[in-house]
Amino acid sequence: MKELDELLLPDDVRYAEDHEWISERAPYRVGVSDFAQDQLGDLTFVELPDVDKVLAQGDEFGTLESTKSVSSLYLPIAGRVTAVNEAVQDDPGRVNGDPYGDGWLIEIEPANPADVSGLMDVEAYKKHLEETN
Amino acid sequence: MSESSGKKIADQVGASGLALNEKLLWERGRPGRSGMSIPDAGVPETPLPAEIAGNGPNWPDLSELEVVRHYTRLSTWNFGVDTGVYPLGSCTMKYNPKINEKMASLPGFAGAHPLLPDDACQGALRVLHEMERLLADIVGLAAASLQPAAGAHGELCGMLMIAAHHRHAGAKKTKILMPDTAHGTNPATAAMCGYREVKVPIGVGGKLELAAVRELMDAETAGIMVTNPNTLGVFESELADISALIHERGGLVYADGANLNAIMGRVDMGKMGVDVVHFNLHKSMSTPHGGGGPGSGPVAVGEALVPYLPGPRIQFDGERYFLSDAQPLSIGRLHGFHGQFGTALRAYSYILSLGPEIRTASGLAVLNANYIRAKLKGHYDLPYDQSCMHECVFTDAKQKKFKVATLDIVKRLIDLGFHPPTVYFPLVVSGALMIEPTETEAKEDLDAFADAMIRIAREAEENPDILHAAPTRTKVGRLDETLAARKPVLTGDMTRD
Amino acid sequence: MNLRYFPHTGDDIGEMLETIGVESIDDLFSAVPAHCRMDRAPGAPTALSEWDLSRRIEEMARTAGGDWKAFVGAGSQPHHIPAVVPALAGRSEFLTSYTPYQPEMGQGTLQAIFEFQTLIARLVGLEVANASMYDGATAMAESALMAQRATKRRNIVVSSLVHPHWRQVLETYLAPADDVAVAALPALPDGRTDLSALGCAADPAALVMQSPNFFGVVEDLGKAADAIHDAGGLFAAGFSEPFAYGILKTPGELGADIVFGDGQSLGQAQSFGGPGLGIMATKMEFVRQMPGRLVGETVDNRGQRGFVLTLSTREQHIRRAKAVSNICSNAGHSALTAAIFMAAAGRTGFRKLSRINRDLAEHLKKGLLRKGFTELFSAPTYNEFVLAAPDGFAAVHEALCRKRVLLGLPLEKYYPERAGAWLFGVTETTGKDEIDAILGEITL
Repeated sequence: MKELDELLLPDDVRYAEDHEWISERAPYRVGVSDFAQDQLGDLTFVELPDVDKVLAQGDEFGTLESTKSVSSLYLPIAGRVTAVNEAVQDDPGRVNGDPYGDGWLIEIEPANPADVSGLMDVEAYKKHLEETN
Repeated sequence: MSESSGKKIADQVGASGLALNEKLLWERGRPGRSGMSIPDAGVPETPLPAEIAGNGPNWPDLSELEVVRHYTRLSTWNFGVDTGVYPLGSCTMKYNPKINEKMASLPGFAGAHPLLPDDACQGALRVLHEMERLLADIVGLAAASLQPAAGAHGELCGMLMIAAHHRHAGAKKTKILMPDTAHGTNPATAAMCGYREVKVPIGVGGKLELAAVRELMDAETAGIMVTNPNTLGVFESELADISALIHERGGLVYADGANLNAIMGRVDMGKMGVDVVHFNLHKSMSTPHGGGGPGSGPVAVGEALVPYLPGPRIQFDGERYFLSDAQPLSIGRLHGFHGQFGTALRAYSYILSLGPEIRTASGLAVLNANYIRAKLKGHYDLPYDQSCMHECVFTDAKQKKFKVATLDIVKRLIDLGFHPPTVYFPLVVSGALMIEPTETEAKEDLDAFADAMIRIAREAEENPDILHAAPTRTKVGRLDETLAARKPVLTGDMTRD
Repeated sequence: MNLRYFPHTGDDIGEMLETIGVESIDDLFSAVPAHCRMDRAPGAPTALSEWDLSRRIEEMARTAGGDWKAFVGAGSQPHHIPAVVPALAGRSEFLTSYTPYQPEMGQGTLQAIFEFQTLIARLVGLEVANASMYDGATAMAESALMAQRATKRRNIVVSSLVHPHWRQVLETYLAPADDVAVAALPALPDGRTDLSALGCAADPAALVMQSPNFFGVVEDLGKAADAIHDAGGLFAAGFSEPFAYGILKTPGELGADIVFGDGQSLGQAQSFGGPGLGIMATKMEFVRQMPGRLVGETVDNRGQRGFVLTLSTREQHIRRAKAVSNICSNAGHSALTAAIFMAAAGRTGFRKLSRINRDLAEHLKKGLLRKGFTELFSAPTYNEFVLAAPDGFAAVHEALCRKRVLLGLPLEKYYPERAGAWLFGVTETTGKDEIDAILGEITL
């Protein structure tokens, strides 16, 4: 597993405590951080919601599976699902290989775009990782 | 450890075995062969209407010897209790006596149709009835049922009875307490009965504490599911008080009997306030695990739950045994017939063989586990450093700094000729190695196992690559489980032949 | 008595206690409070030697019923078990291992189960079979739960011609759910299920049927599949006699989404009804909703083919409360046994066996009709059939019982409205001569 200083943590996304990220501006993509994919190990299955599903902040929007674990995905801010990344459903390894790029999970239309700025920036997230590990 | 004893371990290992290759079944054979000689019926053929007639399964045709070679070769790639030490924690891989198999295959039992009139099958009904009495007696409860087919099925039976009891009392229950050391079957079973699990964190010493239960037990809680000893190998010594509290607040106590092998003849479940407990006859009662069943998961109950036992029940009027449906509160039927009769018969044979020595079995199981604990302490991290029951839990914490994980440790153990312990369970311990030697292992076999573990601890420090590469002496090396899950291939090519 | 299963000598115990640092074995139980201890010696009163044990259990075996001749199946069939089957299945490397959590040490079990999954999928005409459930009844209950998950619906429609015990087990499994309606479909005059009442349950998750059904009647599975699919539910088709698929169309090709059944016929002793072999198969699109173990093919780090347990995230040890079922130990060794039986029979042998079973049953049926029995149902049957008995048959049945022959099962016990109707069955283990001899005993 990666050490904290080996993690890829871009500064143009916002992070949630449960290790999801969301783009800072539209289109608002959601994925999981490098830390999360590294902890989970090689992913084998990705379950994502239907397009148009309306979710509240903290709602479960899907699951990520490795051979020996299942992890729930929680939406960092409220919104409506506008797209899901079908490519990761066919090839879950994309989440491991490129968690912020090809490995994005869903796109949402936030109920309130200002909610994004309430999430952690990269510095806050790094601190969160240090404190919790 | 000296180098000479290291060599000695290597000497004991079957490193020079002959592993023969073997194809898949349908890569053998020729159409038209058969492993069975089937005579003509000597009656006229009655044709089937065309709309229902089919072509028969696309199975390969093999001669009898081809079948024999195929499965004989496959068997040599397997490791069983009869092959060597198999300390798989929580699974109680004790020796499976041969006489039990012989008794179960007696034609009088093996050929018995389950729907014979009661008078035609008195011997079979008597086995079931006596087994029920023996099992209830062994745990100190009132009655038992042999219908549940496996441990998880026994759990389901127990929880269905608890749910029926509450329903009958008109009490609305939505939750069930569960220590966070519980086996996965417990929350899964509770969910099947409509209960939401409420986790009870374990206290210091890896034990459930009365105070924690008092905090969580409320009027909407159906009771508690508790394994004793728990999955850390720790005896839940506060259980009697916890049970009293649960009962006081309208709940019932389910005991998971997965770890019964520690306490047979030594602990009275009735005195601990248990309302229902399941047995795993394939664990504590020595019936074979069969590569994943069939097991048998009877339940024993206290007086409160007797009316809810599955039906029909087997009764004895002093002269004859008979099946009775006369139980209005019964949860109903849980099995197509009478449960795993053949498995119950093996266990019956075992219980009669042991007699009062069943207490000795548990005593020696606990002795063996503590001996392993004492031998490995210092070499491996022991998160709960105290006397254990029938199993002990170590971790990979000491080896982590060499980039060696639990998985590497156990894969190396395979190369040294031992079956690995249970790994990464219980979940409350990171990198767990759960060792359950059982009472049937001799001291010298335990010594050999401990020496192998100590050797691995040294190798982790000196030459971790051996561990990362292991196993190298098996027919196959480490398998790509990710590939198997990403692109599931669950049947052979259905079109090729 | 010195027990043969305990290897410990007094010296061993002494040395081990010393290593542990306690005085006695009882000291290791100090965590057990005094008020929880067992204060008596429970279990059997004396330990029996092998010879005493054998004498006692053999005595009970004499009255267990194995020497009866049963002309009825009803979910348990007396088929011939080839000698190779127990000889190979009994190899202790198979028998004394557990679920192959460490695949490098269990390739034998894993490959055999992968082959089992394949043979079963081919038998029932579906894409994937699991590595077993407990028995047919529990496989059926789990099929209904699986359909509920896959359709996100609750209600279950079940044919009243499914084995009565299996329907009872389904009810037991569904009892905790107060939002599930279970509707039963009645029989048509021809002995098939009346599908016209399918609409009686709103939004059904599944239609559960069995073919051949409890009356031995071959159902119109294709029509049933269309009906339930039109209603938006899944079709769960069961069997208690897999031999039927040697000569009948498979439920898969007729539209079943889930197939469940009991595989006891495939090389297992009847053993008073257990262990059986719960079989369950489905289409790949539903595999993540299927309970039970699955073995998958993969490669090892040396590039060789190998097998592992896979898609385990469905199961209780990983998903816990959200698992698709609580099942853990299943009927692994029964599955292995069935695989060996299927390998020994092969397609050629199985078709012939299947045909013989049908023809012998028809021979018995014709003989009984000549004795004054009458047909109740006109639809074709396989292996088992229901006839109305002439007056006086109950006495003949009784008299045969004294000769340890069970000629038929009265249906009244399960279907009170069917007094006078009897279920009969026969397999290849009962030859023409034996059937003719029994027919000769019927004098009315």
